[in-house]
Amino acid sequence: MTGMTRRSFLRTSALAGAGLVIAFHVPRRGLAAAAEPQKPKPLPPPNAFLRIAPDESVTVLLAHSEMGQGIWTTLAMLVAEELECDWSRIRVEHAPAAPVYAHTAYGMQMTGGSTTTWSEFDRYRTVGAMARDMLVRAAAERWKADPKALRAQKGHVWKGKEKLSYGQLAEAAARLEPPAAVTLQAPKDWTVIGKPTRRLDAPEKVTGAAGFGIDVRFEGLRTALVARPPVFGATVKSFEASKAKAVPGVEQVVQVPSGVAVVARHFWSAKEGRDALQVEWDLGPGQQVDTDKLLASYREMARTPGPVALDKGDCDAALGRAARRLEAEYDVPYLAHATMEPLNCAVKIEGGRCEIWTGTQFQTGDQGTAAHIAGVPPENVTVHTPFLGGGFGRRASPRADFVSEAVHVAKAAGVPVKVVWTREDDIRGGFYRPLFLHRIEAGVDPKGLPVAWRHAIVGQSILAGTPFEAMLVKDGIDDASVEGVVDSPYLSQVPARRVFLHSPKNEVPVLWWRSVGNTHSAFAMECMVDELAHAAKVDPLRFRATLLRNSPRHLKALKLAAEKAGWGRPPPKGRARGLAVHESFGTVVAEVAEVSVEKERIRVHRVTCSIDCGLAVNPLGVEAQVQGAVAFGLGPTLRSAVTIKGGRVQQGNFDDYEVLRLDEMPEVAVHIVPSQARMGGVGEPATAPIAPAVANAVFALTGKRLRSLPLRLA
Amino acid sequence: MKLNVNGKEHEVDAPADMPLLWVLRDLLGYTGVKFGCGMAQCGACTVLLDGEAVRSCTLPASAVKAAKVTTIEGLSPDGSHPVQRAWVELDVVQCGYCQSGQIMQAAALLARTPKPTDADIDSAMAGNICRCGTYQRVRQAIHRAAAMRGSKS
Repeated sequence: MTGMTRRSFLRTSALAGAGLVIAFHVPRRGLAAAAEPQKPKPLPPPNAFLRIAPDESVTVLLAHSEMGQGIWTTLAMLVAEELECDWSRIRVEHAPAAPVYAHTAYGMQMTGGSTTTWSEFDRYRTVGAMARDMLVRAAAERWKADPKALRAQKGHVWKGKEKLSYGQLAEAAARLEPPAAVTLQAPKDWTVIGKPTRRLDAPEKVTGAAGFGIDVRFEGLRTALVARPPVFGATVKSFEASKAKAVPGVEQVVQVPSGVAVVARHFWSAKEGRDALQVEWDLGPGQQVDTDKLLASYREMARTPGPVALDKGDCDAALGRAARRLEAEYDVPYLAHATMEPLNCAVKIEGGRCEIWTGTQFQTGDQGTAAHIAGVPPENVTVHTPFLGGGFGRRASPRADFVSEAVHVAKAAGVPVKVVWTREDDIRGGFYRPLFLHRIEAGVDPKGLPVAWRHAIVGQSILAGTPFEAMLVKDGIDDASVEGVVDSPYLSQVPARRVFLHSPKNEVPVLWWRSVGNTHSAFAMECMVDELAHAAKVDPLRFRATLLRNSPRHLKALKLAAEKAGWGRPPPKGRARGLAVHESFGTVVAEVAEVSVEKERIRVHRVTCSIDCGLAVNPLGVEAQVQGAVAFGLGPTLRSAVTIKGGRVQQGNFDDYEVLRLDEMPEVAVHIVPSQARMGGVGEPATAPIAPAVANAVFALTGKRLRSLPLRLA
Repeated sequence: MKLNVNGKEHEVDAPADMPLLWVLRDLLGYTGVKFGCGMAQCGACTVLLDGEAVRSCTLPASAVKAAKVTTIEGLSPDGSHPVQRAWVELDVVQCGYCQSGQIMQAAALLARTPKPTDADIDSAMAGNICRCGTYQRVRQAIHRAAAMRGSKS
């Protein structure tokens, strides 16, 4: 905390009639700077995080995007803990795009990597503490009293039984110098943090009042659908628009870099117009993409050396000497995010300014890209962030793909335009979780414990070709391709180990997908360890416990989930259990899945989870994220896959790109590990362990080892 | 054509094949009704037609005729329908985008089956996709709403 205040840069300003506005900034550490923390970048101009108005409202401005993960409530809790305000008066808004809202660790305004709560834990509490200090001093001036004799409670400053409300004090407080330092509440005095707290955004989300990007309407706004290439990387050769223009309501047909846009008075006309549009495409090499062939070529590649991500001991010699060798290949397909709200972006370019309305996870990138296309300075681009109808990584686009397209359309059409994607556009639009193959050769000692581990990983780099490449791809290794393997606590126990990576390229655009590389690395690692346990004829829990003896967080989470799931006691007739434990985003999650098989169909009945995320700021939200992540991960465990033939994506909507539905939702029990560990993330980490937990349960039940996702028995 | 939405009569000028969803959203401004798939696969667009849950994304507005349309905006004047209250109480929503459809589907279920079993809920709600995975709390909230309704009558 003292470190925090030392690094703090504080400033207040009085907005006309708006009362107290507090801005607070810690020096930004960019992605690159994060590696060299001794060189902080210069301070950007400050902006507001908190408004207290004469009408008693307390408005928290979110530097991050609410996409379901619950930060609308969690960050407000952090402010409330220090501010001592009336919880019912709290309102939340997304902040505009501005440098002051840069992520405290990433140096850019973005939401991702399960980082929001821990990265804002000090900043938002400090903001609350500063405001309280200023309100108390304003009251002290009014009463001509010593501030130390006053106390703040439930939205008022009190002197004995006399009180002044925060609203009454807001304007006076805004004229005071901000405190040079504040002392934050000691954890033992917390009354908000750590208490299960219901969502602040629920009332508007159950009445239809919550505004999403797709709901943006204003006079003169047109709707556009874009005809995009049928195969990735194809370009427009020519198009014939007369039939499209004949559709009532269609106003313009314009070409943009990504395709041909049909601009109409509303969605339905735009869609009918696009259906009538004739486009001839220059297909290019993308038409060769075939996921079956791709996987076959990856299998070949895995047998050839590649850039080394980890190398300890003499792996080849140790494999040669091992008492026994086991080999296995695990593969996962391309996956679409399929956010419930289809992608959309509204753009208005006028008088040297550009305004954007879109559910985005990456305001800084979108703002910069829009400025470049619209030909205006970035500060002339206003980014409005409505609620996001799901994100899962798709709305954190390093290339600002859906925003830049919309800006191109608005610029070409010369009118304000909202580009809306159909579900087919989304499923066939790329930016997938990449297809990956893992090939593992393990050598074991006479007890069955691994003494050598050679691990090949093959799959497209998410960061290659993006502005992040220079910072995050080192010596041919994209961290996001090898996370969950190179840092595996199992591997740290294997004396001779080598991990190498192939990052082949093709035309299919790929992107981070909830829990990123862990979606495939946890599957490979947790299934392989399970295979070793069975080969050693040792109970999978005991086998893991032996390997994890120096990893207390893993061990604790694993034992808690196993105990709560009844591990060691026979499961109900016809069922079996499987387990997995995996660390990602600084958080350890263990899951035990209980499954049955009916007519070769896998059914998951119960999932028992434990999560060690350090401090759980809102346990009710943590529970929701774990349940949701299990559901999100179960889709691809059982059903979801994007396949490509002749360059064409073979799925298009929820009928063939199947996701988890309510009738397949297991009962998910969530147990939060009491933990003193450093705070980790919560939105993503429970996604990855479910696939291996289910695969391991299926093996326990049927004796069949399924190494491809989705899991298929027939 | 004429359309009765949430008890209000509207005169709409729309092509005959225009789905009710887009008439509601783009012409009449009922944006609480959501677009998710356009082919009755996800349930985000669910509204009530004379009390029955229908997918407005595939229903031509011209087929509605005299039937009364209820959208999420018209389920209750102030979010006080038992399903809405149960949803808030059990903290169901996450991103919230599918929830209008979930709530309308659940309201239709409870109108017909006041005390649904888990199996009733599974079959009634399997057509409503939630990518955030709120299903477990959806199930619990439907039971809670059923209990609220039961205790009221």
